[in-house]
Amino acid sequence: MSHKTVCELRDLTYVYPGEAAGDSASPRPALRGVSLSIREGEWLALLGANGSGKSTLAKHLNALLVPSQGECIVYGLDAADEKNACAIRSSVAMVFQNPENQIVGTVVEEDTAFGPENQGAPSGEIVRRVEKALGDAGLLAKRKKPTYTLSGGEKQRLAVAGALAMDTPCLVLDEPTAMLDPQGRSELLDVLEKLHRSGKTIVYITHRLEEIVRCDRAVILHEGAVAWEGPVTALFLSDLPLKDWGIDAPPLFSLWRDMKSESRPVPPIPTVASMADALCL
Amino acid sequence: MSIIVKNLGHVYHPGTPLETRSLCDISFELERGTWLSVAGHTGSGKSTLGQHLNGIIAPMEGTVTVDGMAVKEKGPDLREIRARVGLVFQYPEQQLFAETVYEEIAFAPRNWGTPEEEIDARVKEAARAAGLDESRLTRSPFQLSGGEKRKVAIASVLSSKPDYLVLDEPTAGLDSFSRRELADLLAGLKEGGMGIVLITHDLDIALSRSDAVLVLDGGREAALGTPAEVLARLEENPVPGLRLPDVAALSLLLRQRGRKAPVTWDWRELKNALFRSSK
Repeated sequence: MSHKTVCELRDLTYVYPGEAAGDSASPRPALRGVSLSIREGEWLALLGANGSGKSTLAKHLNALLVPSQGECIVYGLDAADEKNACAIRSSVAMVFQNPENQIVGTVVEEDTAFGPENQGAPSGEIVRRVEKALGDAGLLAKRKKPTYTLSGGEKQRLAVAGALAMDTPCLVLDEPTAMLDPQGRSELLDVLEKLHRSGKTIVYITHRLEEIVRCDRAVILHEGAVAWEGPVTALFLSDLPLKDWGIDAPPLFSLWRDMKSESRPVPPIPTVASMADALCL
Repeated sequence: MSIIVKNLGHVYHPGTPLETRSLCDISFELERGTWLSVAGHTGSGKSTLGQHLNGIIAPMEGTVTVDGMAVKEKGPDLREIRARVGLVFQYPEQQLFAETVYEEIAFAPRNWGTPEEEIDARVKEAARAAGLDESRLTRSPFQLSGGEKRKVAIASVLSSKPDYLVLDEPTAGLDSFSRRELADLLAGLKEGGMGIVLITHDLDIALSRSDAVLVLDGGREAALGTPAEVLARLEENPVPGLRLPDVAALSLLLRQRGRKAPVTWDWRELKNALFRSSK
């Protein structure tokens, strides 16, 4: 992994227009003084409870929102300058929560081609990109299928394929697993792991602690501010007040933490496989 | 007083090339004051089943009766059935339409002819029960976060005081605290005598919180019984695409490797069993 910075947020504060104009005397910012660097090639987890500011932050990364105060620099471009929006969106692709809302084509490969067509890519290039994107998303076998025949997990992978076909170096996913069942969730994470290994920068937003075990680094947001930041392994080593930040430990993690507190041997990161190995020593 | 589903089957687009069987021979009974969870992966027929329970879809095979009234396409009982069975859809943003949260929650009881002087109390009670802050009542529902929208959708059904509540995947997109809050809310409603049907792919909540669990696979019953019975059944006959909760999967893996471990989703029970037997 290089140490080149992809996105740089400096003391970023964002207040939604309704809050600033509106009904309360003191507007409540959705983001408060957030400073953060996203490094090239890393898989960054953005973790926080509902309403902690995760999605608001994500929307700054491809200039859907611009800071009320502070700076957001994406690939060297100031996101506050409207002229940069197009270039930024050609570098950072977004995938949203509900797969139903981001499918525009009636056939899988048509849907995937929408982004590059819009970018004005030559047709040979579009064909090449669509093929690669569908391959990476594990959907090549479904390329001729109508989109409505896909399962929820497949639809979300189609949304990822659409973003991949834009050929951007950075992918931001805003709770992409929220609407998926556990099977769909793990399929999507498998795809992201492969992309990560091929060098793509991934920003992954979630409120599920169990989903970040494969990421490199985590940033925890609480009430619009950065509460903690560090490598994922450190997140598990330290005794962080996760509960105070609205992040609940799933049952497997409770077992892991409890065993650890009794000085029993535990793996560095709790997964079903690693826990079974530790318990069968 | 109960909802009785007998040999229910459903086929979408019958007689066309798009014909798809969605449900086949499903039977169960849900009494008031109990909580049934319906689990299964995407496309297993869960939502189709839920929509039968208050007559959005009338049975084409088998029967659904609510407190003795049969669900049919038309008929005098349909209005009463819909008054008794409240349905919260999967995507809350799709059922929101009013200008303020207050109006949203007041809509159903007004529609059912509740006297205007009672409406205010109904709205506030429903908002409180759904865990919605009173300051939100004057907001537009479209300004709220995803989790809050879901609470509005639930409050807007609770305000008409149904006897049964059917929720389709209400935990999708909620963080784990909100999920637990919602489970606590449902447990409270159940204690108050409401019949709860929770449609979910979250086997953890289904097993740990409900009285009975129905697992669907391709529209057919894959398991039905108490949570313990259903987990045992799923371990014997895994349903493709339906993953066991992590703790249950760990316990099963340990057993396969020759350790004594219980059939459970509860980490405390697993831990006690493991470290008692090692001493």
